[in-house]
Amino acid sequence: MGAPRDDKGVAGTLPDADTVAWIEGLQPPCDPDVQTRLHELLLRAARAEVSRRAGRLRVSGPELDDLAHQAAHDAMLAILRKLDTFRGESRFTTWAYKFVIFEVSGKVTRHFWARAAEPIDVEALDRLPDRFGFTPEQAAQSADLLEAVRRAVQEELSERQREVFVAVLLDGVPAEVLAERLDTNRNALYKTMFDARRKIRAFLVAHGYVDASEGR
Amino acid sequence: MTAANEGRDRLLRFLQTDERDVGCQKTMELLHVYVELVVAGEDPERTYPGVTEHLRNCGPCIDDFDGLLAAVRAEVERD
Repeated sequence: MGAPRDDKGVAGTLPDADTVAWIEGLQPPCDPDVQTRLHELLLRAARAEVSRRAGRLRVSGPELDDLAHQAAHDAMLAILRKLDTFRGESRFTTWAYKFVIFEVSGKVTRHFWARAAEPIDVEALDRLPDRFGFTPEQAAQSADLLEAVRRAVQEELSERQREVFVAVLLDGVPAEVLAERLDTNRNALYKTMFDARRKIRAFLVAHGYVDASEGR
Repeated sequence: MTAANEGRDRLLRFLQTDERDVGCQKTMELLHVYVELVVAGEDPERTYPGVTEHLRNCGPCIDDFDGLLAAVRAEVERD
């Protein structure tokens, strides 16, 4: 991400007939029947997505359905607000589903945040072997490497990078939750983590713990 | 002969970064296009290598990808 490749979207493809019908029906003055159909479609997708993520939610029953309804409603508003940004790169429904998936994702995060606002554990580096599934024998074999990673985290990372590294990797704080805590966004957080990973690896290479080509 | 050390391998794979990785924002922008390529049976990595690389490394984005893919596949099955 230092010099990220800017993957381009698809341009110039003709929309299918269903997509054209959706767009025509939703443009002002919005056809109420089309709007109702879109809401039904979003609600069905929201319920499926909430159900897919339900294992992590620690909620069930009506609360899950409320979350799906809220996600469908908010996705609907976002879609109508951003309709003129739809560029026909995909079917309309695929584009619309993206909004509801993101809404469910965000609401799950806020739910988690409300129930799991523990402080970040900066003493978590001892859990590094567990996080990567080292057996005790493997951890013993790699003791020097693991100690070097701990050193790199302590000495090479900025305070912000260290906080993000520990919270996301070792404390298991969801990235969306941490982004809210640190008043940033998921993309910026990912970039922080990306830079942290690169710094640690460079430290390991510079000090002879791994070859430059290893792990590629 | 050195015994396999899967923990070490996993750690080093995690630390490996790829400059093609486009990050969360660009991936979220392109996710609907990327998913349609997958549903169509095409190889999205050919067109969007940076998104593919990102999805290999970002848990929240792969979760969103899985959800969108499931939604689109469910619609295809209904049609």
